[in-house]
Amino acid sequence: MTGTRPMPAAHLPRLLAGIADATGLRGYERRYGPLPGSGRLITVVEAAGLTGRGGAGFPAGRKMRSVAARPGRKAVVANGAEGEPASRKDRLLLSRLPHLVLDGITLAAAAVGADEAYLCVHGTEGGLLRRLDHAVAERQAAGLDPVPIQVTGIPARYVSSEQSSIVQYLNGGPGKPTFSPPRPHERGVNGKPTLVHNVETLAHLALIARHGDRWFRGTGLPSAPGSMLVTVSGAVTRPGVYEIEMGTTAGEVIVLAGGAAERLQALLVGGYFGAWLPVETAWPTPLTHSGLKAAGGVLGAGIVIAFPAAACPIAETARVVRYLAEESAGQCGPCRFGLPALADALASLAFFGDRGGSAHDVEALFPLVERRGACRHPDGAAQLGRSVFRAFPADVHWHRWQGACDGVRRPPLLPLPGDEEREWDWG
Amino acid sequence: MSATLRVNPIACTGHGMCAELLPEVVELDRWGYPVLVSPAIPRSLLAHARRAAQACPTLALLIEEKAGKHR
Repeated sequence: MTGTRPMPAAHLPRLLAGIADATGLRGYERRYGPLPGSGRLITVVEAAGLTGRGGAGFPAGRKMRSVAARPGRKAVVANGAEGEPASRKDRLLLSRLPHLVLDGITLAAAAVGADEAYLCVHGTEGGLLRRLDHAVAERQAAGLDPVPIQVTGIPARYVSSEQSSIVQYLNGGPGKPTFSPPRPHERGVNGKPTLVHNVETLAHLALIARHGDRWFRGTGLPSAPGSMLVTVSGAVTRPGVYEIEMGTTAGEVIVLAGGAAERLQALLVGGYFGAWLPVETAWPTPLTHSGLKAAGGVLGAGIVIAFPAAACPIAETARVVRYLAEESAGQCGPCRFGLPALADALASLAFFGDRGGSAHDVEALFPLVERRGACRHPDGAAQLGRSVFRAFPADVHWHRWQGACDGVRRPPLLPLPGDEEREWDWG
Repeated sequence: MSATLRVNPIACTGHGMCAELLPEVVELDRWGYPVLVSPAIPRSLLAHARRAAQACPTLALLIEEKAGKHR
């Protein structure tokens, strides 16, 4: 750590400290310090209590240990294919602070004994791919990465950023989820035990390797240490990506994003596999996995969407479930047929009321899709749908008897990728 | 030894043979895909379950046997 000031523990931002001046390798090393060694890294990451920042929140150190413990050479995959349409944090990290992620990949590869390393982003994002190639070339010239990092474009489809899909794509497949076992940590890329980490997780790893576990625990909660990136959008004054202490409440995050731009009725937390929470429930809820679980939600990849009182959550959910239905890999019957049926029933309830018993049909469809796919795609869509009935019982009741509300005439608020950003066919 | 039934949903194309051969455990949903009433296979049905798994045209019905306390 020669020549760099130690980063104060309680001070935020940590990851985003160099957002203005650390995109290039020289500026990066000046700001964050040179690439440290990876000795005892797994133990330090375990002691730090870092959890995966891609959505599932699995302990990062334990995942690394289970890969490292297997015989033979391993592979490391950095997942930067940010499939959640309302998430921007991974793109921000990769485009402004690529070396934080690339350091994390190299450190993880050394720690688990990998001889292959990949950084995966959407293949449709040509600009990002070029910037990452440039960053990798800078490092090659400096001799930083003993295991060459291969920047790879994967299909820009929601289900393709699931870890088994990425592994399948790297093995020459179309990038669809696979039936397990084997799981990637057992048999992944080229048959090797494979560590798949989200790019934000790897960026934290790069800082933990420099500053240690006690430093990492210097912010956040004892049960959920460190900082995390959140993407705030919807009816707020300053939408964007923010780095927060773990345990910051959803209300504080809305304030951080400039406050509500109009009167709010709910927050959608966790993205499109997440859940609606009435604003009064969400406001005091800490953004941790356990905090959200207790409130009936999920943290996911730290997505918070502020939803105005004048908009219709049922119509918006129907639109998102339609998108999720279109994004299905179509491999499993219950997902292939169940998600379009769920989208139809939700749209019918939103626009035509209970004609044909659509509210009843929606509730009957949840158990027909849940836990019946090879991946969690149908479960995620059902979780979002179920939360409508929990968070908005009065709206559901109103729609049943009255049909469309005034809110359905507002322009859609929940972000979906544009047609040109999507891939419609499997290669 | 305990045996559980599992469906590989990617392989399954909804022929429905399993529900014909093992109606005690398998029902079909509205699209013709199997729903397991309970994944645990009672000992008395194990032979029927094996037959159903062998008869599945896409080999999507799996019997996972775990060594338990007995035997």
